[in-house]
Amino acid sequence: MGKIANEELLKRLDENFAGKVTQTGADFGLLTVEIDPSVITEVLTFLETDAALQFIFLTDLTAIHYPELEKPIGVIYHLHSLTTNTRIRLKVFLSLDNLHIPTASTIWDGANWMERETYDFFGVIFDGHPDLRRILNVDDMTVFPMRKEYPLEDPNRVDKKDYFFGR
Amino acid sequence: MQNHPVYTDTDPQSEYSTLNLGPTHPATHGVFQNVLQLDGERIVSGVSTIGYIHRAFEKIAEHRPFYQITPLTDRLNYCSSPINNMGWHMTVEKLLNITTPKRVDYMRIIIMELARIADHIICNGVLGVDTGAFTGFLYMMEYREEIYEIYEEICGSRLTTNIGRIGGFERNFNQIAFDKIRKFVKKFPPVLKEFEALFNRNRIFVDRTRGVAAVSAEGALSYSWSGPLLRAAGVDYDVRAMEPYSSYDEFDFEVPVGENGDVYNRFLVRNEEMWQSLRLIEQALDKIEKEPSDIFHADVPAFYLPPKEEVHNNMEALIYHFKIVMGEVETPTAEVYHSVEGANGELGFYLVNDGGRSPYRLHFRRPSFINYQMYAPMSRGMLLSDAIINMSSLNVIAGELDA
Repeated sequence: MGKIANEELLKRLDENFAGKVTQTGADFGLLTVEIDPSVITEVLTFLETDAALQFIFLTDLTAIHYPELEKPIGVIYHLHSLTTNTRIRLKVFLSLDNLHIPTASTIWDGANWMERETYDFFGVIFDGHPDLRRILNVDDMTVFPMRKEYPLEDPNRVDKKDYFFGR
Repeated sequence: MQNHPVYTDTDPQSEYSTLNLGPTHPATHGVFQNVLQLDGERIVSGVSTIGYIHRAFEKIAEHRPFYQITPLTDRLNYCSSPINNMGWHMTVEKLLNITTPKRVDYMRIIIMELARIADHIICNGVLGVDTGAFTGFLYMMEYREEIYEIYEEICGSRLTTNIGRIGGFERNFNQIAFDKIRKFVKKFPPVLKEFEALFNRNRIFVDRTRGVAAVSAEGALSYSWSGPLLRAAGVDYDVRAMEPYSSYDEFDFEVPVGENGDVYNRFLVRNEEMWQSLRLIEQALDKIEKEPSDIFHADVPAFYLPPKEEVHNNMEALIYHFKIVMGEVETPTAEVYHSVEGANGELGFYLVNDGGRSPYRLHFRRPSFINYQMYAPMSRGMLLSDAIINMSSLNVIAGELDA
């Protein structure tokens, strides 16, 4: 089977989840869609089980922090359909007062540690996760260090300010 | 231990002992811990603790210009760091729309396949050690040394190579390097053959590995396994074949596939991959001869540091040198995911760029991290000695596990 075209993929998603799925980009041919948090489990299940799509491989699960957005934390899924060799990127944005999202570990066992890592660094709470605790950082850490408000080093240093790095 | 799974066996006669396997146990081949509940020699349950050498690479990467992230990738899978380096360069090249010359692609393939061989030598050699056969390991180790000497000839360092630059290589391969590669390609096959003769039909080795820790294709896919482990379970997913990068599509090679995903199958798949890597290197050496011999990087002055003599004598070179070092170069605002077939599986780089000099967010898809999470669940009911060889055949590299 050949690669599924992005338009076709988007059409299938639109048919099933009208209004909940918006395309946000297709950089380098990789379709990126934003999903409403309320239907994320349904979308993932649909993509995994649909006979024509078969996105059976969870490549990666991570998050990103945009402090200036209204919903600053984005959870990002990379799925791969091995039979058609198509990839898709899904994004779900969450606001800081409600960082809950359903777990994907009910669909893929491999999501377990990826979600723990995401929780560890961004504080996203995956509802229904069997064992959601920190994985790489120490257990008694109180912050989520990959968020942008935590500086890398001593903030009094002046030689590594962000404006030296083009932002 | 927080949230340690409580074993709910109601038999009052049963007594379990707790064993801390790691964090610095010789059998773990790295710094990570497993707290095992044992019933005699059988594992009842286990909890993996990782993160002992977590170095926050993703956070550091948000404060480093692109070319300074290469040394961070070295320290992921330090048994095959050139693959990580090349993967990172190719990710940035994809972001910047840089097309590399064919000769650079072939040079990269030589280096990446040598790194794959070095990694598999360690993994399969150590698997032999853990089953009680030291000979194969020592015999093969000499050839890892030869590979390290090739790295040394090309980039000057051995383990954390920092090899190549965005757009190509920092310098051309010299004649000694080519001689050493050719010598290796000639000398290694008889050794690998002998190594296989030592193990493949060895009664003790086969009895210890066959049927141990067998994983079905469905299980492996559900746990997002990739690389030799997934292929040993019977799924022919290889990034080099599925989404060819660095001109892999011009090459003739096979993707070895196992049957039931046990330790023996993983061993065979890794051995066969070494043969395929040798084939790839030979083809690349032939192809390289047809290319102009002075090309070793793409023509991207805004990202490829000019040679130092040029900087002193040529104004353009000085300007570009200044711009690159001070971070004045323009980069597109885009998101890119690029993956390469690392020695352990799909090594992915998810790079979100906002036009600055350093990534807005960089995430490494680290195959060891994802492969290793099945270890504790699959160890349940296994003999402790089987769990040890299962761990060595997973080839968990602590650097890649923790990032």
